Amino acid sequence: MLATNPFAELAKSIPSIAIQLFIITMILLVFIGTLLDILHKKNVKYFFQNAKKAKKQAKKILASGEKTSIIFKTIGSDILTTAELGAGKRRVAHLLGMYGTIIFWVSSAVMIFGYSSSNTITPLYLPFLWHFGALMTCLGGYWFWFFLRVDVAAEAHPWYRLIQADLFVLSLVITSTLGLIWSFLQSSNIAGWDILFLALFGLSNLVLFGGVYWSKFAHMFYKPGAAIQKNLAKADGSRDNLPTPSNKPKQFGLGIKREAPKHY
Amino acid sequence: MSTFVYMTRCDGCGHCVDICPSDIMHIDKVTRRAVNIEPNMCWECYSCVKACPNDAIDARGYADFAPMGHSVRVLRDEEKGTISWKIKFRNGNEKNFESPITTKPWGKYIPKLADGEMPTKEDIESQNLYSEPLGLNIDTGLPNMEKMKFKIGVYY
Repeated sequence: MLATNPFAELAKSIPSIAIQLFIITMILLVFIGTLLDILHKKNVKYFFQNAKKAKKQAKKILASGEKTSIIFKTIGSDILTTAELGAGKRRVAHLLGMYGTIIFWVSSAVMIFGYSSSNTITPLYLPFLWHFGALMTCLGGYWFWFFLRVDVAAEAHPWYRLIQADLFVLSLVITSTLGLIWSFLQSSNIAGWDILFLALFGLSNLVLFGGVYWSKFAHMFYKPGAAIQKNLAKADGSRDNLPTPSNKPKQFGLGIKREAPKHY
Repeated sequence: MSTFVYMTRCDGCGHCVDICPSDIMHIDKVTRRAVNIEPNMCWECYSCVKACPNDAIDARGYADFAPMGHSVRVLRDEEKGTISWKIKFRNGNEKNFESPITTKPWGKYIPKLADGEMPTKEDIESQNLYSEPLGLNIDTGLPNMEKMKFKIGVYY
């Protein structure tokens, strides 16, 4: 199962161009969904308005070298390793889900566009990466869903209580799960069931990529921009118009030093 | 004025929900981010603005008295016990000052909770709050009135 390219097997019954068209449709759906989201919520407009306002309040003008170094630092800490989530379980779960999904999607695209015809041989590492990515997504996603998300961990709601905000994470883990089950059924030659799970896998992909407008899918595009803007504002002294931190000695307060709840 | 939330800063931790005295800060069911559901009912107490660990909440002035973009921003430092304020007037003047988290003088009347006795199981399960009944200056304990006694002399 782990060494088999499920899309090459699928291409024996469905023309590979159809599978490729499905992928292109999914990419288009993400693009359209994000665009609609931007137009409807006007979040990007407000984001740039805010950034412009912050620039006016800047205490120092950052040189391009400084800016580049801040951007690279942000990419390294806030984006690639999601430092915002602290050093706990939430960060590990997010990293598992994030990298699992990237590996799953990239290996899917490479296998579908490069190795889905019958006359090509898929390199062994690609199907392995595909399965590994899906497993990572499931591990991080289900860990988050059952134990870590704010509704369960802080609000004591049961794990099965669904709201619209769950659409993204649920469709993501369900897609990976169904992909794995489909691959297992296909490699075990269980006729009928593999077709059912292929259909479910396709449907869950449609929900995941077609539901961008209604889900939190687009956060992966907005969050990096927001993190860069936040760190630039800190460096140029505008600090989002916030006051300068207190320079009073610590004994004035109760000496409470607890970790701020920034892990959601 | 009413509060509003910068969505890119908010992470939905719910501190504003817990602290809002009007119960108008809620977590949005679609975005799972904080939202002021009833801006008309907000009396700008700034509790949520101070409580937000991500500085994601701000208050906006109504156009009739803050037409040219004044701003009031707050930073709470729990460890130092300070609230830093930055007030920008609409003519561009700026005022920066700090106030203590409590309204009492700095460094005074801070209960030394760590030096006190550990509460017993009965203390934890009792209805009394910390320092009760001692803090109420009632040697005999809290007054206990039978439920039916409340009705005496009350005619509906």
